[in-house]
Amino acid sequence: MALSEAAHAGAQTEQGGPSHKPVRLFKNISAKIASLPMVFTALVVFLGGTIWTVVYSFTDSGLLPRLRWDGLDQYERLWNSRKWLVSIENLAIYGVCSLIGTLVIGFTLAALLDRKVRGEGVLRTIFLYPFALSFIVTGLVWQWILNPQLGLQSVVRGMGWESFTFDPLNNSKIVMFGLLIAGLWQGTGLIMCIMLAGLRGIDEDIWKAARVDGIGTVKTYIRVIIPMMRPVFVTSLVLIASGIVKLYDLVVAQTSGGPGISSEVPAKYVMTAMFGGQNLGQGFAASTMMLVTVVIILVPWAILEFGGKKRG
Amino acid sequence: MKLTTKLMAFSAIVSASSASAVELEVMHWWTSGGEAAAVAKFAEAWDASGNKWIDGAIAGGGDTARPIMVSRIIGGDPPAAFQFNHGRQAEELIEAGLLLDLTDVAEAEGWADIVNPPSLLDACTVDGRIYCAPVNIHSWQWMWLSNGAYEKAGVPVPTNWAEFTETAPALQEAGITPLAMGGQSWQQNGAFGVMAVALAGEEAWLAVNRDKNADVVMGPEYARVFEAFGAARELSAGLNVQDWNQATAAVINDTAGAQIMGDWAQGEFAVAGKVAGTDYSCLPGLGDVAILSTGGDAFYFPVVDDAEITAGQKELAAMLLSPPVQVSFNSAKGSLPIRGDVDLTTVNECTQKGLDLLAAGNILPAGETLISPDTTTQLNDLMTEFWNTPSMTPAEVQEQYAAIIADAD
Repeated sequence: MALSEAAHAGAQTEQGGPSHKPVRLFKNISAKIASLPMVFTALVVFLGGTIWTVVYSFTDSGLLPRLRWDGLDQYERLWNSRKWLVSIENLAIYGVCSLIGTLVIGFTLAALLDRKVRGEGVLRTIFLYPFALSFIVTGLVWQWILNPQLGLQSVVRGMGWESFTFDPLNNSKIVMFGLLIAGLWQGTGLIMCIMLAGLRGIDEDIWKAARVDGIGTVKTYIRVIIPMMRPVFVTSLVLIASGIVKLYDLVVAQTSGGPGISSEVPAKYVMTAMFGGQNLGQGFAASTMMLVTVVIILVPWAILEFGGKKRG
Repeated sequence: MKLTTKLMAFSAIVSASSASAVELEVMHWWTSGGEAAAVAKFAEAWDASGNKWIDGAIAGGGDTARPIMVSRIIGGDPPAAFQFNHGRQAEELIEAGLLLDLTDVAEAEGWADIVNPPSLLDACTVDGRIYCAPVNIHSWQWMWLSNGAYEKAGVPVPTNWAEFTETAPALQEAGITPLAMGGQSWQQNGAFGVMAVALAGEEAWLAVNRDKNADVVMGPEYARVFEAFGAARELSAGLNVQDWNQATAAVINDTAGAQIMGDWAQGEFAVAGKVAGTDYSCLPGLGDVAILSTGGDAFYFPVVDDAEITAGQKELAAMLLSPPVQVSFNSAKGSLPIRGDVDLTTVNECTQKGLDLLAAGNILPAGETLISPDTTTQLNDLMTEFWNTPSMTPAEVQEQYAAIIADAD
């Protein structure tokens, strides 16, 4: 019915000339109405919330938001705060290591599973299982495993290696790597599954052609398969990156920022300032800086990736 | 006619049942052994009055619990009552009109006459109206020592800070950590506050905390405190625990010599069946300045639309301060009652010391009534950084401390 109407309208314009042009706004009207709630949400919740936060970061809001201007004081204090600088440094360390680690381990596991090993289903479930746990549980589990009195260190010492010392959570120099282990354990399973799906999407003929040309397996992966999996890598990258920026609950559960302030992260700084310190303005300033950082990284990349030529 | 009587009877039942059973959700962060035993006394008393106590305990201490409570209140889903440390933490909630005015309850019950010291009620008062029900007096000003640990090391139990540092090497030789300190930042900042009162004296402490005088922080009295705090840092090496009660446990089972912690630690000793004087000793004001800060816990009641719940909230507020509840609660928790006219059933040596100091008027206002949560957070961060960064010198931390005090509101 709709189709015939559209055809009819099309026929009319052809006949009637320019006076009967259909209004663009009413084209696909039902689809546009259906997407209105989402448009509304995007504008009010995401954009509105962001603008609201940025505006209030220039006030001296305490426990409750209030519009009393404070200029750039909150930002000045933020960038003079040792804790904030440590937080950013920690996030950079964690981010780089987690990004590389998750991609490398995830792809390696996926490639190994793709070699048609026996018990693939079981292994896949085992690798993916940690993802079903929340960060809080993950953090607590690894806090126990890394506890020198009852975890890994005492097990190894119990087996006879008396001088073995592995206590990352109480050593401020390597505490971020203690968090990283837990993060990787939790996150690589999902990336592995996405990679595996990508690998399964590669045409069998590619492999046959590579074999005919006499290219080794590893070289085929690196030179042929990985470039073909570009969209899968982009998806993984977005997932991992968003996980890095919002890193919070893992830290709270595993170290609560300690020892000292050596495992603080920006999201935790925001939470502590807003609710622990009852200083919303400071928290908003910190979250605005987080947004700015993400935008600075994201915008050029998005332009490169999606802008310019259209794919497909 | 018949129908009317039935209806009347029905409505009478309804109103009777609604008046007698109010369900109140009470949020608090009392989750350690001694604390949980104490809060159970409140719940028992409330349930015994025909109402229902819904326990909303949040593990992880005040820093974890307060944000949850505040977000629930601001988000429009407030609990019926919640615990805060009285002082400046609830300041803005009161200003915004989110908390219930308890002035009529306070007047009916005569709180102004019974609450001792009166500063506790002042901390609940904003513009002449009372907004919270204080339930106990807590003081940071204590050091808890394990008699067993000192016996093992073959040295007498210290009676002041100087003796404590002198005997510390003997403890270390015996494989005992002299000072137990948990990893949470408030513990390090709190211990520093105790040392400041004991080593720099009351006047200097008030000048810094009440008058926000940064020059005093840079002065010779406070320099001594920072030096001592730096020395204490070394005495705590070797014991890696997070929560305060784990640190207390180390003192209880003689693996650590002493802990600087508020009197809530005594609840843990009680749960472990330890006896004051024989198993453990206590030094108010580190044995140097016998004085108590009078902080504590108070309950606040968010404003709700439901008249029935509001009545219940007021009833609960009155109950929390009633003599029998005060006695049972404070006996279990190891804190001091907020009214001078009750006798605790089980007063041990340490509690008696506290009561004597209270009666003698050797009291200080609590830090949290003087310092805003924002400044407290900054100080917590600074002191925990210092405690965990061996390369940071006392002079550095002194300078940064002064900068924070200078900026404090």
